[in-house]
This record gives sequence, structure tokens and C-alpha cells, in this order.
Amino acid sequence: MTDLLEPQRPRDAASRAAALADVPLVSPAPTGGIRGILQHRYLLKLLVKREVTARYTGSFLGMLWSYITPLTQFLMYIFIFTLLMGRGGNIEHFAIHVFASIMVVGLFTETVAAGTRSIVRNSALLQKSAMPREMFPFASLLVSIYHLWPEFVILGIALFFTGWAPDLTALVAGVLGYGIIMVFALALAVALSVSQVFLRDTGNIVAVVNNFIRFGVPMMYPYSIVAERFRGHTDLYLANPIADAVLLVQRCFWVPTTSDQKATIAESMPDHLFTRGFVALAGAFVLLVIAQRIFNRFENKMPERL
Amino acid sequence: MTDSIVVENVSKRFTKQYHRTLKQVSVAMMRRQQVTNTFLALDDVSFRVQQGEAIGLMGLNGSGKSTLLKVVQGVMAPDAGSVRTRGRIAGLIATGAGFHPQLTGRENIYLNAAILGMSEAETNRKFDAITAFADIDDFLDSPVGYYSSGMYARLGFAIAIHVDADIFLADEALSVGDKPFKVKCMKKLQEIKDSGVTIFYVSHAAGSVRKICDRVLVLEKGVLGFDGEVEAGIKYVKYDDESEGTDEELGSEI
Ligand SMILES: Nc1ncnc2c1ncn2[C@@H]1O[C@H](COP(=O)(O)OP(=O)(O)OP(=O)(O)O)[C@@H](O)[C@H]1O
Ligand SMILES: [Mg+2]
Repeated sequence: MTDLLEPQRPRDAASRAAALADVPLVSPAPTGGIRGILQHRYLLKLLVKREVTARYTGSFLGMLWSYITPLTQFLMYIFIFTLLMGRGGNIEHFAIHVFASIMVVGLFTETVAAGTRSIVRNSALLQKSAMPREMFPFASLLVSIYHLWPEFVILGIALFFTGWAPDLTALVAGVLGYGIIMVFALALAVALSVSQVFLRDTGNIVAVVNNFIRFGVPMMYPYSIVAERFRGHTDLYLANPIADAVLLVQRCFWVPTTSDQKATIAESMPDHLFTRGFVALAGAFVLLVIAQRIFNRFENKMPERL
Repeated sequence: MTDSIVVENVSKRFTKQYHRTLKQVSVAMMRRQQVTNTFLALDDVSFRVQQGEAIGLMGLNGSGKSTLLKVVQGVMAPDAGSVRTRGRIAGLIATGAGFHPQLTGRENIYLNAAILGMSEAETNRKFDAITAFADIDDFLDSPVGYYSSGMYARLGFAIAIHVDADIFLADEALSVGDKPFKVKCMKKLQEIKDSGVTIFYVSHAAGSVRKICDRVLVLEKGVLGFDGEVEAGIKYVKYDDESEGTDEELGSEI
């Protein structure tokens, strides 16, 4: 618990009875929500640490793999997009465009996929003690964020060599883009983790949907293609908050690396990008509140289904 | 005396078959079957426990003992009625559950202690006492996945017993420990009892209930069938006559 000043615990019956005299009789059910999570920060930290260390235990190179994997991935993009397909010919630094987008989309898909399974996977812990169960989808988000750091290092090196010089707008775009993804992914993880308890097919559905997401956002292709093909009908495409977030992240990392930023923005960024972004963020927060309500509504029926 | 646990008209309904496949559902619909799929695992259970009392909870397999413990612990919510408790609860429900097989004994001690509500400082302070009690010093840094089931159980018990709780719940906690460990645990339970902790102890072993408890509750198919004296309770579940002999023979006096 959160007792910072740990009181001396009673050693005999009389002093315990005296100490308990002004403790109220309360329901043993856990306090949920943000308050419950904040009360259990230490447990949350341990849960995240467990997930992080469990990923590479038993491997000789250990955490080094979390750098090797994205590095080879990045080199592959350069090879495919610049050398093979020649897309780099008309689009500057397309590998950065792809890599920065894949990172943020990966944060989303990983959080939702792991979050969906988090409650079922931790059923043994859940049944051991009364604790806020929202902690598990929340921990999934933190673990996914943690795994992003090595990719940021690789991206940082690439940005250094391309002379990335962001202005304030670019930085705001990056924060907004990541903000949308985190809140939106957390909302879905919270709601779907309950759904997974009652209907184990949820995880499979999530996997299918995640596959579609990779093509529903301007990641492997530039937004300029979408703008050209769907001229005048791009609103539907941009109603997807993930697409907005990806574009915002590109505005942050990719646009400042191009030689003529104005031209890049005109060609590859939609109108009202920031307005769309703030609307998406507000929408994600509303969704998070709804997800929390759904979670509270069903969590009492959850333990016996695990 | 103050109330420690107050259970009022608690019922818990379970479903017998949750995850039916598409095939099963469609076959049932075609035959227009309307089988009842639910039952009451706890049926209108009420009782009060005073601070410092040691309760033995007995009953046949499937009578709802573990379910009642989970409801008191707050892990499960009752469908009807209310449960209220006073102070901190530590539970040993399903021994060793919640250990992560890939993590070492050391890491698992920290994780499990945190789950039972201990802070980092508290765990640091009690770490040596826990490992000494579990007596697994040599294996502290090997993954728990390689532990024997007895070692697993010892570690679980050692952690739970070192939580400074006001209510201690134990569900057949000692069934896999060896004899010396069981004796040690009984001594520790007695110590805990003497420090005024409320004990809620599920067991099929009349001997250990006799040793520790001041009062026995008996569940029969979810209904509280008996609440009173230890000897009378043991007689009620009919564990009295053959119990001494078989307990000794089966080595399950705890
Ligand atoms: N999560 C669950 N879902 C459905 N039924 C359950 C669930 N947990 C327990 N039951 C059922 O509820 C009844 C009571 O189970 P419980 O585990 O409380 O029994 P018990 O008294 O602890 O038995 P034992 O002595 O074998 O430990 C049993 O019929 C069991 O099948
Ligand atoms: Mg049981």
C-alpha cells in the first residue's frame, strides 16, 4: 500500500485490537480506476519490469536484441525503398517516413494486442489478492512504451545524419501524435481485456484488425497518393485517429528532414492536420472514459471466468 | 471486542459451462433445450467473526469453501449480500499461484509481496526472514520454474505469512509441504494467532483444525450448515471417528 511512514505493527492481541479500534469495516473489494492504480505504483513498476525482463531472459545477447532487431529492420527499409523500388527517387528519406510511422503504429498494435490478453494471462496474479485490475492493460501500455526506446535511438541516429532540425510546430505534432495513440490504445486495451475474459475470440479478432490498420494508415505509402486518388473524399480516411496520429508523427520526424519543408507539407500533409489531431485526442479521452465504465460494469463477473 | 469479518446474506451464483462453441450453441438451439446452466455455490451465508478469532472452515469437496474465502478476500464479488472486513488481509489461496516461472525466486518474492500489499521497504526488511523460513537459500537465484512443488509451496507460504495482516486466510495451504515444514508452519500459525490476527483456515484435517481453531464453520453445498464449537463441528462433518487414524496414516495431520 502507500503507507510512507510505516507504523509499528502490533505484536500482541491487545495492541492490535486497540490499533484496529478506529479502522472502519469496509468492503474488501479493490478500488479501481486511476486512483487504484496510483495507490499501487510500486506493484505496477514490478509488473512492467517483469514483462521487460521476461522477454529476453535466457538469451545470450539479452537486451542487445532490442537494438539489433529495429536496426536490421531500418536497413531493410532503406534497401527496399531506396534501392529496389526507387521510391526514394521521388520521395526524400522515405525510409524515415516508413520507420517513424511503423514505430507509432507498432506502439498501438502492440499495446492493444498485449492489453487484450493481459487480464487472462495474469489470471493467477489476479486471483491472489484484491487489486485494481485495470492495472494489467495499463502495464501493457507502459511495456510497449518501454520497448520503443531502442527504436528511438536508431531513429535518432538516422535523424542526426539527415540534419533533422525541427521547429516548435513539429515537436507539438510529435507529442500530439503519440498522445493520441497512447490514449486510444489504452482505451481499447481496457475495454478489450474484459471482452477477452468472456469471449476468447477477441484476441483473434484484434489480430485481424491490427493487420488492416497497417494498410489503413499512410505508412508504407505517402499520404500524397491518398490525396490524389480520393481527391475531395479524404475525410473518411482521415476520420481514423491512427491515420491522423501517423501523419502528425511524420510531421515531426520526417518533414523536417526534407529539403523543401513547405513543398512536403503541401504535398504530403492534409489540411487542418492539427485540428484533426486535437479532435482525435479529445475523442480518445472520451473513449477511455467509456472503456473504464465498461470495465467497471463487468469486472465483478470476471474472476470466476478466469 | 471488534468485528473483524461481517458476512451478511452472501450468495454467489456460478455458471457450469461458460465457453460454449458455435457448434454447441446451434445444436442446443435446434433441439430447443433449456437446461439450467447455473447453481448457487454460496447460498445466503451469514456470520460474524471477532478480531483475533481462529475459524476453521470445513466441508466436503465442492461445498464452496474456496469460494467463500475468495469473497472474503475481495477477489470475487458476491452476487447478493455484503462482506465487510476490518484491516489488512493476507491470503494464501491456491498455493504458489502467481509465481512467474521465468523469474528467479528473489524476483518472485518481491512481486508476490507487492501483490499481497507489501511496500518495497517492508519487503527489504523481511527478505531474510522470508528466505530463512522457506529454506530455499541455495535456489534463490534460479528460476522458480525449476522448483519442486514443495519448494514452490514453501515460498508461497513464507511470503504470505510475513505480511503484517490483521486477517489471515489460508486455503489448504500446507497440503504439499513435508513434515518438518508443516510443523514449522503450525508453530508460525499459532504465533500469528497469538498476535491477535483473525485466522480463517480451510482444512480437511481434523487434527490441525483442533490445534488452531476456536470455532468451526461447515459448508454444505453452499449453505452454512454448522457454526459453533470445534469438536461439535468436526463431529458434524463426520471427520471425527476415522480422522485420527487416517490423518496419521496419510501424513496429513495439517
Ligand atoms: N470459477 C468458477 N466457475 C464455475 N464454477 C465454479 C468456479 N469455482 C468454483 N466453482 C464450483 O463451485 C463449487 C464450489 O467450489 P469451491 O472451490 O468453493 O469448493 P471447495 O469447498 O473449496 O472444495 P475443495 O474441498 O475441493 O477445495 C464447485 O462445484 C465448483 O465446481
Ligand atoms: Mg477449495
